[in-house]
Amino acid sequence: MPKPTITSANPLTHRLLVAAAVGIVGLLIVVPLASVFAEAFAEGPAAWWRALAHDPDTRHAIWLSLTVAPIAVAMNTVFGIAAAWLVSRFRFPGRSLLITLFDVPFSVSPVVAGLALVLIFGRQGLLGPTLATLGWKVIFSWPGLVLATTFVTLPLVVRELIPVMEAIGPEEELAAVSLGASGWQVFTRVTLPNIRWALLHGIVLANARAMGEFGAVYVVSGHIAGATDTMPLRVEKLFQEYRTPASMAVASVLAGLALVTLVAKFVIERRLEAEARELEAARSLPDTIVGSGTPPDAGPRTSTQGPTA
Amino acid sequence: MPAHNPILRSPRRRSVLPGFGMSAAITSLMITALVIVPLAVLALRAASLGPTDFLAAAWTPRARAAYAVSLGASLTAAIISSVCGLLVAWVLVRIDFPGRRLLDALVDVPLALPTAVAGLVYSTLYVERGWLGRYLVPLGIHGAYSWLGIVLVLVFVSLPFAIRVVQPVLESLDRDSEEAARMLGASRVQTFLQVIFPAIFPAVLTGFALALARALGEYGSVVFISGNMPFKTEIAPVLIVSRLEEFAYAEATAIAVVLLGMSVSLLVIVNWLQQRVARNSQ
Repeated sequence: MPKPTITSANPLTHRLLVAAAVGIVGLLIVVPLASVFAEAFAEGPAAWWRALAHDPDTRHAIWLSLTVAPIAVAMNTVFGIAAAWLVSRFRFPGRSLLITLFDVPFSVSPVVAGLALVLIFGRQGLLGPTLATLGWKVIFSWPGLVLATTFVTLPLVVRELIPVMEAIGPEEELAAVSLGASGWQVFTRVTLPNIRWALLHGIVLANARAMGEFGAVYVVSGHIAGATDTMPLRVEKLFQEYRTPASMAVASVLAGLALVTLVAKFVIERRLEAEARELEAARSLPDTIVGSGTPPDAGPRTSTQGPTA
Repeated sequence: MPAHNPILRSPRRRSVLPGFGMSAAITSLMITALVIVPLAVLALRAASLGPTDFLAAAWTPRARAAYAVSLGASLTAAIISSVCGLLVAWVLVRIDFPGRRLLDALVDVPLALPTAVAGLVYSTLYVERGWLGRYLVPLGIHGAYSWLGIVLVLVFVSLPFAIRVVQPVLESLDRDSEEAARMLGASRVQTFLQVIFPAIFPAVLTGFALALARALGEYGSVVFISGNMPFKTEIAPVLIVSRLEEFAYAEATAIAVVLLGMSVSLLVIVNWLQQRVARNSQ
């Protein structure tokens, strides 16, 4: 990529810099990742499988994670679409404050978030007595896990959708409305096809975070084995019980999931970049089918959003 | 941006687009139920203690030690992440080498890997018989069950933030002024310090703030590796959890409010710094 110019450093400096970067990423990221799998399979695949499938508490933890994460992700998908539609298609007082509020879960410690839920739904909490008379259990039960997981993943979908929807603009949707489309038709035929890759990106990130959340879930779960332990909590419990190989086996499943997530993320990002380029090309045509003929006022969709997690 | 699009301006003037009411209802319901009410309840619960009880709960010697460990380890980790992050971002943007795409993809691992897995693995790597510990422990470097261990996992969880914020800014940097500086006789170091660094400083600062915020709140990975010894390696989130497990809700809440205050005020300070930097550079 960089052709030699007056600003390019000499090859030796380059090599040293690359070595340093590879060293940092290698030591901090690659070695730990490799060791999860090495430790998990140290006694062979049979032992690995036994640790996962023959322990009822571990089986329950896997099942619970696979239940809680999709519910939390579904809630976030509905919220993300609604919130992105609201702030990218309408202007109203308090809009920028609302956008700031979307990001709050990122700066609150998950443990603090979990504690807040306990203060509301716990036995001595605000709604505790009411819930007790109704016979509903939120804390130390799966609804608490869902709430905590939804809180920590709240910004992930909406933050992916807002920049894409702002960049696309409302013209196509306005055209659909003027042609008599209903709200649902506009959404399913125009908006959804336009945002599908960004939405998928957000869902993949939210799912990864939801499957792996520890702090918030730890506080609300009461970590009851075979009842409220999710996979990450199971990893911790096995570790505390000095059953490190079993703990590593569960950890390796989570690590494998993380790798799948990264591959999916990589593929989706290629699609997103391609669509952003297409959009820009369409915008730069004079008197196009897309816009009203005015030059593009939607700037290129650069990644100013920062990392999302 | 469609900011000046008259059709979108106000819902009161009845926008042509449908769905204002429904999307506003869903959004405000979720934000109120999940963000506003829980944080308000937390603040009210802490306020109901009254100043004396609040201080008695939040400012015990053990709690003060926990804040110090949290702040010290998080600051150290955020600084290391910022420096390493700048270096990695620089290499990814400026140097073409085989495996660049792979390195770029690997940077995202800490965002996708559950923190509990990270904590578990780090603690097994740095113990005496671990892959790295067997070389480091004889040298007196204890990367597990120590303050250093906390810093190590915090660097792991916060590194992507430092890299991913700086990277796009480096990519969009105008190379002309760099070349001009070099041609006018500036050395490579001078060019970096006086031309490049001022341009990317706000991004580095933002990355630092995000890394710090993430590190301050981190629990999952630290609890595995720190050993959680009161006064030595106990961070504030761990203290909150242990108070909670003793059903000392008031104390847990008071400490949580202090922790929340720390992360919020740090973010405000750095936001302010960033605006100043942006204004000065104009």
